[in-house]
Amino acid sequence: MWRPCGTFDDTYEKDISIVRTPAQWSITVAGLAVLAVLPLFASGYFMTTVNLIAISIISAQGLGILTGLTGQISLGQGAFMGVGAYTLMMLMNYLGFSFWLALPCAMVSAGIIGLIFGLPSLRIKGFYLAMATLSAQFIIPWVITNVRPDLTGGTSTINIQYPSLFGLDLSKQSSMYYVIIFFTIAILYLTRNLARSKIGRAFVAIRDNDLAAEIMGLEVFRYKLLSFTICSMYAGLAGSLWVLWVGAVNVDSFTLHESIWFLGMIIVGGLGSIPGVCFGVIFIRVLELFVQQISPPIAALFPDAIGAAIKSGLSPFTFGLVILLFLIYEPRGLAHRWEIVKHFYRRWPFSY
Amino acid sequence: MTAEDQTKLKVEDLNLSFGSVQALMDVSFEVNGDEILALIGPNGAGKTSLLNCVSGFYHAQRGRVSFEGHDISRFSPSKRAKLGISRTFQNIELYTGLTALDNLMAARHVYIKYGPVAGSFFFGKARREEVENRKVVEEIIDLLEMEEVRYRVVESLPYGLRKRVDMGRALALHPKLLLLDEPMAGMNVEEKEDMARFILDIHELWKIPIIIVEHDMGVVMDICHRVVVLDFGLKLAEGTPAEIKQNEKVIQAYLGKE
Repeated sequence: MWRPCGTFDDTYEKDISIVRTPAQWSITVAGLAVLAVLPLFASGYFMTTVNLIAISIISAQGLGILTGLTGQISLGQGAFMGVGAYTLMMLMNYLGFSFWLALPCAMVSAGIIGLIFGLPSLRIKGFYLAMATLSAQFIIPWVITNVRPDLTGGTSTINIQYPSLFGLDLSKQSSMYYVIIFFTIAILYLTRNLARSKIGRAFVAIRDNDLAAEIMGLEVFRYKLLSFTICSMYAGLAGSLWVLWVGAVNVDSFTLHESIWFLGMIIVGGLGSIPGVCFGVIFIRVLELFVQQISPPIAALFPDAIGAAIKSGLSPFTFGLVILLFLIYEPRGLAHRWEIVKHFYRRWPFSY
Repeated sequence: MTAEDQTKLKVEDLNLSFGSVQALMDVSFEVNGDEILALIGPNGAGKTSLLNCVSGFYHAQRGRVSFEGHDISRFSPSKRAKLGISRTFQNIELYTGLTALDNLMAARHVYIKYGPVAGSFFFGKARREEVENRKVVEEIIDLLEMEEVRYRVVESLPYGLRKRVDMGRALALHPKLLLLDEPMAGMNVEEKEDMARFILDIHELWKIPIIIVEHDMGVVMDICHRVVVLDFGLKLAEGTPAEIKQNEKVIQAYLGKE
């Protein structure tokens, strides 16, 4: 492991700290400052994209904890976001909760549902668990559309009242950005800490060797459920912010498609790495937008029937190709590339 | 001395079978005070099965395992770890994605009390506990001479060092009973000497009983106080190394004539 030059840890507190050199402090502060002034310069379209990426990072970090750290594959992240979103909408529209009160409730309800769908992890792992969590992805949207359509609106879209914060109207992308980015940074901070704490070590221990973990005194099942709960609480938060972002809630936003994209994001980013998850989300979301931009001109080059197929097919095609290429050429994801860059910088001018 | 007379671990009439294969038949033995006990026997004799019954990985069909006077036969492995039974593995079952340091820290799990929320903020109590436990782990790193590999991911370590990390992880639990499953397997003479020295150091420093499963008779006869011989799930003999060396049955089943 290579550490920044010139750091001499003389206490264990220093050794376990995350931000360790003055340069790292300045980068952190500068980064936060850029995020703070971003809406003043960026266009509405750009802010919409940033908001989407920020929301996706929250959800993907949750999945990163569950799949990347704990090694439990989940195909239900989209559905858990839906649980959060619908809880928020119903609490706001029918019970008159404010957005700020409904938000933690939405997180808790998503957490509980995630816990329930995590129960099969007691007995099964790997692909079988993926199938079990896939059931969440079918059951939850079905419940939303069919059980009480008078409350959930079935398949139709239901609007919410845009919340305000200290008199600031949050209906504009540039103003809601501050709320979203606040939560994103908070989640990154908490996740980073969780990963280096006792809990994070227990998660990785279970991922790498669950039998040894049990022998060494870890209650494996408890930690698996904890991981599921944390993961879906993040999803609940992301789902709630999604409602804020769209201003409405629709069951079509939380499909299996989304769940698989989240899994793709953390694979591209690098399983088990927190910056990696952020890279993966940004990479995939930007790629998605890029494909959306280029597919109409490409489609125009072809006759109508083929053009329409290209328009609808280019995005999943690109996504599939990217995942495939990453699995073959960089299975450790963008995080690994980032590590290589960091090491190069730290060892420079020596190449070894 | 009272400490020496005290029975730490008592295994009574243990029976374990997998289908029609009887792995252990009415095996009984005791570990007293702070002795080093060796379990020896030919391959498939049931040594590791017996160790697994003690650490809770297997539950015996009949018989009792008691530790410090309490019946722990039905306890889960993690509960036994909390009571102070710790072990190493024949095939090194480390957390391959973690650094050597984190492997040891992960074993401190039972001593670290803060919860997920405190862990997420990593402030005050959580940070303090991390540092306290880090000090304990550093002592073990010092004892086992693995300062160099502290920050190395276990996956990238050579076999001998992994074996040492495995030992370190077992020690980080601060066990009251240490089970070592073939600590010398696959090592060269030098590494074996190191390992034997570590075992004696630990015994000297912590005064804990140690059970060793081992095939290297030189090591067994040199460092162990008592030997239990297993063959096809049956206890063949028990005694001091000198007695075992002379035992006809053991010579026939396992040791062979010189």
